[in-house]
Amino acid sequence: MSIHDEKYAERIAAQFAKYPTKRSVVMPLLYIAQEEYGWISPEAIQEVAELCDMDSTQVKSIAGFYTMYSEKPKGKHWLQVCTDLPCALRGADEFYEELKAYLEVEDGGTSRDGLFTVEHVMCLAACDKAPMLQCNFHFMENLDMDKMKTFIEEKRAEAKKQEE
Amino acid sequence: MHILLRAREIPDIHKYDVYVKNGGYKAFETALKMKPEEVIDVVKASNLRGRGGAGFPAGVKWSFIPKNEPVKYVAVNADESETGTFKDREIMETNPHQLIEGALICAWAIQATAVYIYLRGEFWDVAHELDKHIAEAYKAGYIGENIQGTGWTCNVYTHLGAGAYICGEESALLNSLEGKLGQPRVRPPFPAQKGGGLYGEATVVNNVETLTNVPWIINNGADEFKKIGTENSAGTKIFCVSGHVQKPGNYELPMGITLRELLYDYAGGPPEGRSFKGILPSGGSGPVIRVNDTTLDAPLSYEGMEKIGTILGSASIIVMDETVDMAWAASKIIKFFTHESCGKCAPCREGTYWLDKVLDRIMAGQGSLDDIKLIENVAKNMQGTTLCALGDFAANPVIHTVKQFPEDFAKHARQPENGKSNKPAAKQKATAGG
Repeated sequence: MSIHDEKYAERIAAQFAKYPTKRSVVMPLLYIAQEEYGWISPEAIQEVAELCDMDSTQVKSIAGFYTMYSEKPKGKHWLQVCTDLPCALRGADEFYEELKAYLEVEDGGTSRDGLFTVEHVMCLAACDKAPMLQCNFHFMENLDMDKMKTFIEEKRAEAKKQEE
Repeated sequence: MHILLRAREIPDIHKYDVYVKNGGYKAFETALKMKPEEVIDVVKASNLRGRGGAGFPAGVKWSFIPKNEPVKYVAVNADESETGTFKDREIMETNPHQLIEGALICAWAIQATAVYIYLRGEFWDVAHELDKHIAEAYKAGYIGENIQGTGWTCNVYTHLGAGAYICGEESALLNSLEGKLGQPRVRPPFPAQKGGGLYGEATVVNNVETLTNVPWIINNGADEFKKIGTENSAGTKIFCVSGHVQKPGNYELPMGITLRELLYDYAGGPPEGRSFKGILPSGGSGPVIRVNDTTLDAPLSYEGMEKIGTILGSASIIVMDETVDMAWAASKIIKFFTHESCGKCAPCREGTYWLDKVLDRIMAGQGSLDDIKLIENVAKNMQGTTLCALGDFAANPVIHTVKQFPEDFAKHARQPENGKSNKPAAKQKATAGG
């Protein structure tokens, strides 16, 4: 496992071409590293630091500052639910409680099957389509628990099929 | 009439061919035939004010850029993270070429060498689509080397943030683009000055909605633009309406329209059988207003909102009906700012933390009437003491909600027993501090 893998070479080169400094590439590279490792692992920090000519401590501070870099391993589907005021006015708090109960997890927890990590996040700029969440950075909007149960069971069935 | 949300009238205008068929990139071609300073003069004359929240005149901002520097930048603020704001996303999804065109006109006006569009990380899909649209404009010769034979070279790039409200603050945005922590800088120097912008070069930072207005202004002239809206608030504005209305969503309307018209004629009024109670006209960061005839008839303009003690800001209008406990709403917003404070300035970092703790205590029924004075005191000490406006914004929900809806806070406070102090017991104090 490494972001030095050939499959990333073109994308990484394109990022370096965008900016006049190597340091500016740290955020795009952290995304690629997260794609490779599933989270921002110590190896990921090291590799990004070397490519950007930065100290690994500096890279770690960047990874820690932003919420979209995960500093611990997480489930295959990372569900970030907005529970901010506009969403809460349209039932997001109740939706989030039901979602956690259905998956039997606490805030920030991962379901026992390892498939779903759930956490609440701040405003995602989709207030008119609440309740909503982002799953691995893709928005899912106008949700209710029926839709979520269908989604969750579909993903569980998919995972089961892959195992067989 | 739509200047920005043109997809409401012209389906598929996000596609390059459809955009060009409907006059797309004509304004940029016109601008390229003008001298850069003439373009700045037109934008100045239009009174276009920054749509990100501060309302600073765009043309004036552009005119601050020094002429003789070899490297200059345009940074497009597409971080859109204010609670209740979802307009820039719709612009980028449904009318992306007009944003690109506006950014290019700005770049020509200040003779920039590159444009960076900084999108919040959560706009992952939007950014990847935008990259395709940029590639189309590049292919058509509107971006890149020797644009339209002018000898001027300019590139356009997207950059994804990764989840931090503070990166919508212009100097934090520039730090984030440079691969540093997204924390605000000490100013001066300002971004438009040498030493203050991106990589130390003079930089214009403009919001998505601001720049998307520019092609229309070049095509139709400053005077036509000024005919829309009010004297001090020219043009249309996208109002993001969320919360307790029948039809939440984006509404692009001339500035000066009243809150009543927006909320009843467009957003469909309150939920069946209920009435409006409070409104946050500028998302979580502006002062809340109590709904009554005076506030409902206030025009939605920079000056109109100021008159009723609040701000227009980015016009993210969060509507709350009579079922909402305003103390709960304030505590929700404080949780947002506590999470989003970047930690650089002590008054904001510590202030938001303590406001959150004490509000939790009040909401749990464990707070006293003195605690309400305490949060007001903490909030007032945050204002005017931080490097950026986040500290001021975070104080607003407390200061103004307590002022406008004192009864909603008082009902949670423990009542003092006869003759005894209503201060919390020592034990509870220790718990709240831990």
